[in-house]
Amino acid sequence: MEITLTHYLVLSTVLFAIGLIGVMRRKNLLMLFFATEILLNAVNIGMAAISHYRGDYTGQMFAFFIIAIAASEVAVGLGLLIVWYKRTGKIDLDQMTSMRG
Amino acid sequence: MEVYLYIALFAPLVGSLFAGLFGAYPKMLFTGVIASGLLFASFVSSAILLNYVLAGHTVHVEMMTWIAAGDLYIPFGFVVDQVSVTMMMVVSVVSTVVHVYSIGYMAHDKGFNRFFSYLSAFVFSMMVLVMSDNFLGLFIGWEGVGLCSWLLIGFWYHKESATWAANEAFIMNRIADLAMLIGIFMMYWNLGSLQYDVVFANVATLPMHIITWIGIFLFIGAMGKSAQFPLHTWLADAMEGPTPVSALIHAATMVTAGVYLVVRANPIYSEIPDVGNAIASLGAFVAMFAATMALVNRDMKRIIAYSTLSQLGYMFVAAGLGAYWVALFHLMAHAFFKALLFLGAGNVMHAMHDELDPFKMGGLKKSMKVTWIFMTLASVALAGIYPLAGFFSKDLILEVAFVEQHYILYTVLLLTAGLTAFYSFRLVALIFHGNERHLEHGIHPHEAYSFMLYAMAPLAVLAVIAGMVFKTPYYLMVTNLLPAMTYHIHNHTTFWIMTIGTQLFVIAAITYAYKKYAKAVKVDKKVESGLLYQLLYNQYYIPKIYDEVFSKPYLKLSKLAWKEIDLKIVDATVDGIANVIYQTGEKTHTMQNGNLSSMLRWMVIGLVVLLVLAVAFTAGYNAVNLQAM
Amino acid sequence: MFEAIAFYLFAALTIVMFTITVMTSQALYALTAMAAGMIFISAFFFILGADFLGAIQIIVYTGAVMAIYAFGMMFFDTTRNVIEKRSNPRFVVVLGALAAVLVVFIVLAPIVTTNLNANYPIDLAVGNSQAIGMVLFTKYLVPFELAAVMLLVAMIAGIVLAGKKMDKSLTLMTEEDIALMHDSFTHEATQEEAH
Repeated sequence: MEITLTHYLVLSTVLFAIGLIGVMRRKNLLMLFFATEILLNAVNIGMAAISHYRGDYTGQMFAFFIIAIAASEVAVGLGLLIVWYKRTGKIDLDQMTSMRG
Repeated sequence: MEVYLYIALFAPLVGSLFAGLFGAYPKMLFTGVIASGLLFASFVSSAILLNYVLAGHTVHVEMMTWIAAGDLYIPFGFVVDQVSVTMMMVVSVVSTVVHVYSIGYMAHDKGFNRFFSYLSAFVFSMMVLVMSDNFLGLFIGWEGVGLCSWLLIGFWYHKESATWAANEAFIMNRIADLAMLIGIFMMYWNLGSLQYDVVFANVATLPMHIITWIGIFLFIGAMGKSAQFPLHTWLADAMEGPTPVSALIHAATMVTAGVYLVVRANPIYSEIPDVGNAIASLGAFVAMFAATMALVNRDMKRIIAYSTLSQLGYMFVAAGLGAYWVALFHLMAHAFFKALLFLGAGNVMHAMHDELDPFKMGGLKKSMKVTWIFMTLASVALAGIYPLAGFFSKDLILEVAFVEQHYILYTVLLLTAGLTAFYSFRLVALIFHGNERHLEHGIHPHEAYSFMLYAMAPLAVLAVIAGMVFKTPYYLMVTNLLPAMTYHIHNHTTFWIMTIGTQLFVIAAITYAYKKYAKAVKVDKKVESGLLYQLLYNQYYIPKIYDEVFSKPYLKLSKLAWKEIDLKIVDATVDGIANVIYQTGEKTHTMQNGNLSSMLRWMVIGLVVLLVLAVAFTAGYNAVNLQAM
Repeated sequence: MFEAIAFYLFAALTIVMFTITVMTSQALYALTAMAAGMIFISAFFFILGADFLGAIQIIVYTGAVMAIYAFGMMFFDTTRNVIEKRSNPRFVVVLGALAAVLVVFIVLAPIVTTNLNANYPIDLAVGNSQAIGMVLFTKYLVPFELAAVMLLVAMIAGIVLAGKKMDKSLTLMTEEDIALMHDSFTHEATQEEAH
């Protein structure tokens, strides 16, 4: 059975959907970060697959840069999270309400 | 020669801008002096151009392209020919005199600089009006003088009556200008050009009814500017402005623009003698109508304004009967003596501390000798006594009416000549003769500054000699462009009877006026309460009728529109929209609960909506494109 | 055949792992499951012939990112469960799926319908790492350098944020408190606060 680009894209879609569901349902900030990582990885799979089936390195390049961005995001995001936790002792999204309109 | 043309045209503009720089400052003498100097430069240039034109040349320049769109090509072109150079001379002479005079007249006014800015701007607009080589340029000047007239009538804007008069003049003129614009549009539509030479060369090829309509619409425009019945009421009210303004704008130049238009468009009016006859009839009617109103009025400036109106009627009679050069000649002569009359009235007003009722004056000839002489001269000229200017120009119009066998017009004009003489000298007698009634009011009159009198002197000289000296050279020059018709009464006996008869009639009217008013003023209650007197005194109740027929219903309509339409429909709609938005905000502000989790959820919803839209539009776009293929 | 088996196996594993990550209430489970999921994703990269990317995936994600998370979690009271209100879970699932499908559709549609030309075609004669290096250090040199700078900035930011005394916020303090703080701190410290 031939595995085609469509298979990979369906997989990518499924993982992306899982990530989005996580983003929407998580209240724990740390868990929210996990969900964003899933989103990025879902896209990475799509990139690598397209790169392979199209015979072009561009997709891999993009995946590479996405990994770099994810790494920086983790560093900065986690730093902010620690600061927030030190100030309030909580990492619960529902309790971050300083932006109430 | 082009240099002189540009100097004549733009020197007033420079003066206006210069004076305008200091518009907000208190009086600075040099603004007046510089504006007057620049006008003198304009006058000198005009004189040089006159000399050039007298030698048989004309100047025609195209300064730059103004409108070029499709087939429409209208340049900023200027032409100095026999007609426009006459107007240029009149405008520049009178305005120079008035400028110099105003330095004295406005000496104690807070808006001294502003006044000169407006006045010079007016002269520039007038120059554009008379020098333009196409109808649209004429229209620009036409609107420019209308604007400046508005500014100057309402110069003392803190006076309610002045702003009212300014608005009245402006609005009435706009009504007429609309008609004029329609005329210009029709001309362009049918001839494809607005250049004078092109229009006049081709106008005869048009169907009769189109020429007639063009002529009628243009004349309605002229009626507004020249305050012909029924658009005449603004002119008398315009006397609210400073007196030099009345002299320059509402006697000598702007109000004669209508006559200039008819004279300039003579090839059009030559095609439609019926319209010409209507113009002449209306002119004769206005001449009589205005003169009767002047008979009983008790406002010095209004009397002169009505006399202006009456003389404009004379000019239209001449123009309507095809005697264009006669109309233009009377325009010129009239400008000189009427401006002189107004400036004299300005002196009297200053002396009398802005008192305008001649019944409260009297005996001023002792203290204001020069002004008395000037005003008497101007009145004699106006009455048309030999050998002053009025005799040559006004009696010529009578002769035109007679030779053209319009005997009714002739009779009306003859009677009006008598009335003119009567009211002019009624005014002179009331102001300068008799006992000094003003002493009761505690006023001690004094003569105006001597430089003001020197400034008026050229006008006095012109009022005396304009007819005698200028008639022949003027005729020879202007008939290069205008139809050369000479009006001779072939029968010598008739001619002499007419001339001497007219003179005697006028002199009799003058004598009567002196007799009635020069000694003591007896107020005849019986006459004053009479129907005729009241009718004349209230200007035939026309302002009242206009008030009742136009102003009050319009006020009602406006109030209706305000209370019913504006408040209940327009405002309600706007408020409704605001309410809807406010309610939406009120309902949806729970969305902004500050919870990041729900914000994320909204974000995803928004993302989905945008993606759906993107897919839908792409699909729609592809579908349409595929169908097209 | 082998490829198909591998794909389905790893796909199933990845989906399960990520689902656990998203659904579990235990942070430690979530972390562990995600680390496993990252390793499984690297398997896809190897299948697709992107050896270098697979290696990077393991090193960066499982090695570095997961380690940072693990260290980060040591700061937090992970035993205390965050109460997660299950508000309309079906809505969330549908929304997530819909968004994912649409994104893929939009990305896929032009790829399927039009014939794209490869800018940097894969050369089988050269190894993957070598080829990646050649493209990365020629065509993508500037983005690469920028990424390096970005990582450096992120590292410094992480150190500053986690290490410095950042438990005060100027925006949430009253004027008086800020004035007090200015008095008690040295000038230098205050400046850094403001940043």
